[in-house]
Amino acid sequence: MDWSWKVAFEVMPKMAEGLLITVEATLVGALLAYILGLALAILKMSKSRPVAFGFYWISEFIRRTPLLVQLYFLFYVLPDLGIFLSPFVAGVIGLGLHLSTYTSEVFRAGIENVPKGQWEASKSLNYSPYQTMRYVILPQAIPPMIPPLANYLITMFKETPLLSAITVVELFNAANIYSNSNYKYLEPMTLVGVFFLIVSVPAAYIAMRLETKYKLKNTGAA
Amino acid sequence: MKDVLEFTPILIDGTWITIQLTLASAVVALVLSFVIGLARFSKYRLVQWLAIGYLEFFRGTSAIVQMFFMFYVLPLMGLTLSSLAAGIAACGLNLSSYGSEVVRSAVQSVGRGQHEAAIALNYSTYQRYRYVLIPQAIPVMIPTFGNLLIELLKLTAVASLITISDLTFMAQIIRVQTALTLEPLLVILVIYFVLASVLVGFTNYIGKIVSKGRNTIEAKGA
Repeated sequence: MDWSWKVAFEVMPKMAEGLLITVEATLVGALLAYILGLALAILKMSKSRPVAFGFYWISEFIRRTPLLVQLYFLFYVLPDLGIFLSPFVAGVIGLGLHLSTYTSEVFRAGIENVPKGQWEASKSLNYSPYQTMRYVILPQAIPPMIPPLANYLITMFKETPLLSAITVVELFNAANIYSNSNYKYLEPMTLVGVFFLIVSVPAAYIAMRLETKYKLKNTGAA
Repeated sequence: MKDVLEFTPILIDGTWITIQLTLASAVVALVLSFVIGLARFSKYRLVQWLAIGYLEFFRGTSAIVQMFFMFYVLPLMGLTLSSLAAGIAACGLNLSSYGSEVVRSAVQSVGRGQHEAAIALNYSTYQRYRYVLIPQAIPVMIPTFGNLLIELLKLTAVASLITISDLTFMAQIIRVQTALTLEPLLVILVIYFVLASVLVGFTNYIGKIVSKGRNTIEAKGA
């Protein structure tokens, strides 16, 4: 068992291509998770009991079952129903849908944490619902949401290797394919770990900075 | 659906493996969470740094990468783990990095006065943590540990990729043998959901027991 730089340099270009797919999947998946999460949050806060109840349990079902199985579901079941998705699209939808159940909680908590008096004040100032949201509620609700949303972006990044199970050639799969065809596991697997660390450690640091920054601004409000 | 019912025995086997994998790695994760989390309070810089290094390493590299590393690379270094052992180790170590942060922040959330009181009573460091700080921190940890337990259950699905015959693995077998897609995947999604819901109920129950008469602390915890 010896580290071979030759192998390392051979696999690196393939991994760089994979990294690009990983980054794309993370960004598109996150965008989807934010949009779906906001929609889910609004639906879960709906005044209509059945709607709120229904979407709460839909969201819990998605949150309590493994992403890997959901990916298999999207990838193997949908074609039977006549919906053909490329592995990448199926993977991104899976990631976005799964993570949206987490982000929806962030949005819900963020909006509910704005003190009730703020809603009442906007009403007494005769603000329209749009004005209330735009000028009173959202400016107070959004800053505390930023750190957890950033954290879920990092989570999303670390979940992308699961897409390899549905044949997406992202960072991990690129290394794995090389490993399986050359019987070299040490260098590719180690490098994948290193690649992940290089991205996620600084990202975690930035997320931590965001947390302290927005916590300071928000003292007194909570 | 009838074809899938024929496979009930292997689905039961798979469920059993998933439960074993979850519980065994939960024990590993719980023990390591306390060790690593409390190491952050050490007066020795080296111990603190080692704990941070551990945290960033296992939180920063993806769980699936860690699993493949343990299963394919460690044997090259002369350490051969069975697939089940590699799965338990990877799930346990990965979750313990998140768990250690829960332990750390919960212990930190105990009021400053409690530290001072313990010191004023001439408690040793061990006594201070054992009898004063940790008992008050545990109710704060329970809800987050509950969420991590569900993350763990979902993580075990990934272990099917290193040939552990858990629920997800069995579903794949059924899918390949019967060419049915919807039924086996839907069945295991429901099984995972039921398992996760049992875990949620269990944590809520434990949470109620440990926080009996301690609700004042929980309020202070935030």
